[in-house]
Amino acid sequence: MNPKRREALRLMAVIGLMASTGLISQAQAAEWNKLAFDGKNLDEVLKAFGGTAAEKSGDVSLNAPDIAENGAVVPVGVSTTLKATEIAIVVEKNPNALAAHFTLPAGAEPFVTTRVKMGQTSNVLALVKADGKWFVASKEVKVTLGGCGG
Amino acid sequence: MGDPMRIRATESGGVTEVKILMKHDMESGQRKDATGKVIPAWHINTVVAKVKDKEVFAAQFGPAVSKDPFLNFKFKGAAKGDKLSVTWVDNRADTRTDEVAIA
Repeated sequence: MNPKRREALRLMAVIGLMASTGLISQAQAAEWNKLAFDGKNLDEVLKAFGGTAAEKSGDVSLNAPDIAENGAVVPVGVSTTLKATEIAIVVEKNPNALAAHFTLPAGAEPFVTTRVKMGQTSNVLALVKADGKWFVASKEVKVTLGGCGG
Repeated sequence: MGDPMRIRATESGGVTEVKILMKHDMESGQRKDATGKVIPAWHINTVVAKVKDKEVFAAQFGPAVSKDPFLNFKFKGAAKGDKLSVTWVDNRADTRTDEVAIA
């Protein structure tokens, strides 16, 4: 059997087995919002989340450097006093604007830090969903060496 | 199965803080190799953290998350000694689960 085909079948079998034993639910394995991650700008990303416009809010704090030494690794932190159920990080000028999305189940604090790639100097947007509405804070991060390989 | 991730979970005053360093190339799909061919996108899609089978945090990553993804988050409701398990699944359907006791 073609090794690639065998590998694909093996993977499918493993995932199927894991799903049936409840290790990962099928839904979990597939739950990646492709539409949102294909969005080229904030509006498309918001639409994919079922939102319309994001309201600027001083209650959303965005922690990011003024100048990123390395565009491939830019630390970004988001925190808020709002009762957040979801947080998203958008890099406006990236080929795909949405960098990451976080779901906060009950009990999760409205705080997250991660590291993202930035292709060029751009606004970084912290989106927070609270009470069914989206709020946003933004900060310009200058990038000297682009992180997307360009 | 992917490479092991490093997880540190510490509880203080009812709040558990978690720091995770995952090992993954996270190819954005934008880079080209030496011959000029685009290196296909290969990145983690979803990350789920659970304590006692209850989801405490979930993330969806795009190709723009940096190589060897770092994640820092906090949640309430767990106690020292509880097992925190973290699972990621990437876009090639590879997956990795690691567990750690909350300190």
